[in-house]
Amino acid sequence: MNNKAIISVKNINKSYDAGINKLHVLKGIEFSVRQGEMVSIMGASGSGKSTLLNILGILDNYDSGEYHLNEVLMQNLSEKKAAYYRNQFIGFVFQSFNLISFKNAMENVALPLYYQKVGRRQRNKLALEYLDRMGLKDWANHMPNELSGGQKQRIAIARAMISKPKVILADEPTGALDSKTSQEVMDIFDDINNQGVTLIIVTHEHDIAMRTRRIVRLRDGVIEQDYIPQN
Amino acid sequence: MFDIDIWQEIFTTIRQNKLRSILTGFSVAWGIFMLVVLLGSGIGLENGIKKQFEGDATNSIWIYQGQTSIAAKGMQPGRPIQFTNEDYERTRDLIKAADHISGRTGIRGNRIISYKNNYASFDIVCGHPGIQYLEKTDIVEGRFLDEKDITEKNKVAIISTIVKSELFKQGVALGEFIKVNGVPFKVVGIFNDKDERDNRRIYLPISTAQMIFNGANKIYNVSFTTGNMTAEDAQKAEEQLRASFAARHKFNIEDKRAIWIRNNLQEYQRFLGLFAGIRLYIWVIGIFTIIAGIVGVSNIMIIVVKERTKEIGIRKAIGATPSSIVGLILAESIIITGFSGYFGMVAGIGLLELLSPMFSSPESFFQNPSVDFGIAVRAMLLLVIAGAIAGFIPARKAALIKPIDALRDE
Repeated sequence: MNNKAIISVKNINKSYDAGINKLHVLKGIEFSVRQGEMVSIMGASGSGKSTLLNILGILDNYDSGEYHLNEVLMQNLSEKKAAYYRNQFIGFVFQSFNLISFKNAMENVALPLYYQKVGRRQRNKLALEYLDRMGLKDWANHMPNELSGGQKQRIAIARAMISKPKVILADEPTGALDSKTSQEVMDIFDDINNQGVTLIIVTHEHDIAMRTRRIVRLRDGVIEQDYIPQN
Repeated sequence: MFDIDIWQEIFTTIRQNKLRSILTGFSVAWGIFMLVVLLGSGIGLENGIKKQFEGDATNSIWIYQGQTSIAAKGMQPGRPIQFTNEDYERTRDLIKAADHISGRTGIRGNRIISYKNNYASFDIVCGHPGIQYLEKTDIVEGRFLDEKDITEKNKVAIISTIVKSELFKQGVALGEFIKVNGVPFKVVGIFNDKDERDNRRIYLPISTAQMIFNGANKIYNVSFTTGNMTAEDAQKAEEQLRASFAARHKFNIEDKRAIWIRNNLQEYQRFLGLFAGIRLYIWVIGIFTIIAGIVGVSNIMIIVVKERTKEIGIRKAIGATPSSIVGLILAESIIITGFSGYFGMVAGIGLLELLSPMFSSPESFFQNPSVDFGIAVRAMLLLVIAGAIAGFIPARKAALIKPIDALRDE
């Protein structure tokens, strides 16, 4: 494991307009993630953990501070630039899977490569490879509504992996799954991490967080704790 | 941008939303279909009415003799008016702007035309050289009547292509002598007239006919083309003529039945005005139909974008640029409007083609309905562009919202 910081956040502030009052969600967050780490961000709902993840994923912007992704400052990006960085550096896994309903499993996995202008044949071949790694090769031609939650999440993970991102961001990836399936998904994340992929997982489930290598605990928009879990 | 993936995406979404796509397509196809049928019918009507004018010059005034209906200068009503060569000359001197003028007389009794042993009966029209333009005849061979024929009272005849084929079959007619009621006339010209009826006649010099067939100096009609007169000029000329004829033939100027004046120019211009009105009307209806189509397309595109907001969010999260999203939605809009617009245009033109033979009788006021292909294509393009703009505005909005908001959309 080298010491290069994939993600570096300095004094990030973010607030939302909530009527007359401003809702200050993130209050000067400072932390960094080195390549190959597997970090979970924990906290009660409203602690700002999802907002932080969205900022890390360039899905949302922040009010002040600095955010470097792969040593590039992510600030005031045009949508086009943001799309480029998301495509190149980041893979997303969502709680509700967010697969495109009218595309089959293989096409869903291949989609990030479409936006990298990879040819159709090459794209589908790679997608099948990644599906195979998830044990879903036989389901390649199934539509999302024909698959179980665990299968959908594995497809979403394959989709996040296929572009070989610097970091995978998972927002409550086990939130819609039963505990057995959740453990299976965590096994996959373990595998991925062992291959050297950086992972940041937002969760409020203690046993999920315990399976990561580092826990960042948020409370009311500030980092309350940043520690290595002891099993 | 238009690679196979885009096509596949579009056809997948169209297949996923059959009803919506069909409804959009239908509103576009219907708009174009209506426009094409309307324009075609308008042109059919115009062609039909123009055909009615085809036989004679459209800018001509025709004066016919009638019967008095009002007592004048001590004479009882019911007196027939008889024109003579003097009426022709007076008209010629009065209407300086007339560029072609002719008197006209017929032949009493049998009208038997023969060549060797071939006999036939055709109309015999005796006039001045100007009658060529008044009747819109086209010389196919030889020449038409000229001033020399009138002054020298030449025994010459101009025959139509139909007369020629009946009397001469395949043979040469020019320079041959035909007999009109037994009197030989030399064929010096062969003409063609678009009017079926006018094409079954021969023309003789009026002076020759008056001399040979005991016509004395009688004529039954004076007609002339109005050159570059306006409709008002023609109206004024008509009034002058009525006054001049009333004075010479001693009838009351208010007596509309003593002579009949047909002013083609005025009639023709009235029809031209009518056509302009019809055309405007058709365009107004057509444009409103197209606007209805455009509104339909816009509505559907707004719904499409709304429905796909979450999908757009997902695509953006995995790296779709705003332009690729706009392109995706635009392409769908353009393809639906393009295909259905084309379908509507083909259906409209097909219907016109189908109807066309039903109105082929030459007397019909509806002839050869057809539509300017260029106009149909332009209307279609307009619709496609409108569909694109209708899709572009919401697509652009969707492409620029933060992906996190798009993802939250349910």
